Amino acid sequence: MPSMTVGDVLRSRGVTRRDFLSFCAATTATLGLPAALAPRVAAALERATRPSVIWLPFQECTGCTESITRAHGATLESLIFEAVSLDYQHTLQAAAGDAAERVRAQAMKDHWGRYLLIVDGAIPTGNPGYSTIAGHDNLSMLKEAAGGAAAIVALGSCAAFGGLPGAQPNPTGAVSVADVINDKPIVNVPGCPPIPVVISAVLAQYVTFGTLPELDALGRPKVFYGQTIHDRCYRRPFYERGQFADSFDDEGARRGWCLYKLGCRGPTTYNACATVKWNNGTSFPIEAGHGCIGCSEPRFWDQGGFYRPLSTGDWGNARTVGTAIGVGTALGVASAALARKRQRDAEGS
Amino acid sequence: MTLLEFARGPALQWSVTVFIVGALWRLLGVFLLRSRKDLSEPRNRAAWKGLRLIALRSWPRREFLGGTAFGEVMGYAFHLGFLLTLFFYVPHVLFFADVSRGLIGTDLQGLTGFAWPTLPNGVITLLAGISIAALVAVLVHRIVNPIKRLISNFDDYFSWFVTIAPLLTGLVAFAHFAGWPYERLLAWHLLSVELLLVWFPFGKLMHAFTIFAARGATGLIFERRGASL
Repeated sequence: MPSMTVGDVLRSRGVTRRDFLSFCAATTATLGLPAALAPRVAAALERATRPSVIWLPFQECTGCTESITRAHGATLESLIFEAVSLDYQHTLQAAAGDAAERVRAQAMKDHWGRYLLIVDGAIPTGNPGYSTIAGHDNLSMLKEAAGGAAAIVALGSCAAFGGLPGAQPNPTGAVSVADVINDKPIVNVPGCPPIPVVISAVLAQYVTFGTLPELDALGRPKVFYGQTIHDRCYRRPFYERGQFADSFDDEGARRGWCLYKLGCRGPTTYNACATVKWNNGTSFPIEAGHGCIGCSEPRFWDQGGFYRPLSTGDWGNARTVGTAIGVGTALGVASAALARKRQRDAEGS
Repeated sequence: MTLLEFARGPALQWSVTVFIVGALWRLLGVFLLRSRKDLSEPRNRAAWKGLRLIALRSWPRREFLGGTAFGEVMGYAFHLGFLLTLFFYVPHVLFFADVSRGLIGTDLQGLTGFAWPTLPNGVITLLAGISIAALVAVLVHRIVNPIKRLISNFDDYFSWFVTIAPLLTGLVAFAHFAGWPYERLLAWHLLSVELLLVWFPFGKLMHAFTIFAARGATGLIFERRGASL
C-alpha cells in the first residue's frame, strides 16, 4: 500500500490523533529538532506517501530485527513501521523462497530509484555459498538491490563495519555495505544491536522530510552518535572523583561507581545508550552494572578483552621483550669491552 | 587500524623494545667500564662513607642557595609532580598492572594481591598542572639566562619537550579538551609517552637511571681523597 499516506494508514490501524501527535513530538525531540517544529512534522508525516522499504538481512544474528520489533505498545519504534511500506524482509514476512523473491523483484521494479534499502548483517566476499537467500548469494543480491535504492541504511555493526562476522580471522571475508557500495548515500546505524529509537528516528526523518540525517566521519547520524557514552554517563562524576568498582560485586559496584577499571569502553564509544536507553527507556548496560563493550565502534570485537581497562596496551609477548633484553645486553657488553680495549691501548702506549 | 589501535599496539611494542635495548646498552656500557687504578695513598680508608653524597647532593648547599634555589624548587616541583602523576593516577596504575598479563600471560597483581594506592583525580590534575608550570618556568629560565642558554643544546630542549608532552596530552585527554574525540586525545597521549620512551636512553633523560650511581661513585672518590662533601 505505498500509495496511501501515512495518515491514512495510521487511521486505518486505529491510531488516535493524540497518539499520532505524541509520536510526532517524540520524533521531533529524538531528531534534535525544536519542539515548535512538531506540528510541521505531524503535517508532513500525515501527508507523506509511505516509502517502499526493502530490508535485506545477510550474515547476521537477527538481533537488529529483534531490537526494532521487540518494542511494546504504540511506541516510536512500532509506529514507524506503520509509516513505511516494508515490502521485503525475509525474517519477518510469511512468504519464503521463490514467492518472497518475486515480491522483492516486483517492489524493486515498481519503486526503482525511490525505495529505501535497509541492510543488516555483513556481506561475505569469500565463497558465495557462505550465505545465500533463495539461492542468491549476499554480495550479488546487495549489488542488485542497491542499484535501484534511493539510499541505504546499514543497520547494526555488521552491516556498518563488518561486525562479528568480520572479526579476526574473518573466515568468510565479511565486509560492510560501504565496502561494496560506493555510489549511493549510506547511513550507518551501528550497534550490536542498534537502539530501536535510533533506527526508527532515521526512518522517520526520511519519511517526514525525505532527507537523511547529518553524518559523522564514520557515516553515523551525528544526532545519536555525536557524543560518547562516557560524556553522558550518569556514573561520570565517580570517574571524575576517581571512585571505581574493582570487581562486579565489590562495594564500589554496589554503590554504582565508575566501571572504567572493569574495561568499560564508554570513553571511546559514540552512541546514545546513556540518554535514550533501552527497553522503553528503562536502562542501559552500564546502568545494569556492566561496562560498555563499545559495540557501535568499528572492530569492537578485536580491541582486546572486554574486561581490560581502556588505558592498557598491547604489550606484545615475552619473546619480543626477551629479544630486546638480549640485544641490549649484547650491545652494552660489546661497547664496554671496546672501551676497555681502548683504555688498555691508551695505557700501553 | 585507527590511531589509537596503532598507539596501543605496534607503537607501544616498538617503543618499549627500543627503550629496553637502549637503556641496557647504555647502562651496561657504563657499569662494565674498568675504573682507572688510583695509585695515590688514600686519605680516608672508610671510602664507603662517601655514599652520603647521594643524599647530600639532593639538597641545596646553604652557601649556594641564592643561586640555586630557583632551579632546586622548580626541579623538585616538576620531578615530584611527574612521578606522582605517573605512578598514582588510576589509569596509569591499570596500565602498569597489565604489563605482566601482556608479557607473561599472567595477572601478577591478581595472583599476588600486590597493588598500590592511587590518588584522587583532582589531586593528580593539580600535580600535573604544577609539573607543567614548573617545566615552563625552567625552560624560560634556560632561555633567559645567558649562561644556561650558552651551554644548552638540542638534547636539553628535546628532552624538555618529550617530558612535558605526555603531561600536556594527558591533561588534555583527561579534560576531554574542547570536545575533541577522546580516542584521538588518548592516542596522542600514548604516542607522546612512546616518544619519551624512544628518546629516553639516548638523551639526558638517562640521568634517571644513572644519577644516584654517579653521585655514589663521586662520593667514594671524594672520600678516598679526603675532600669535603
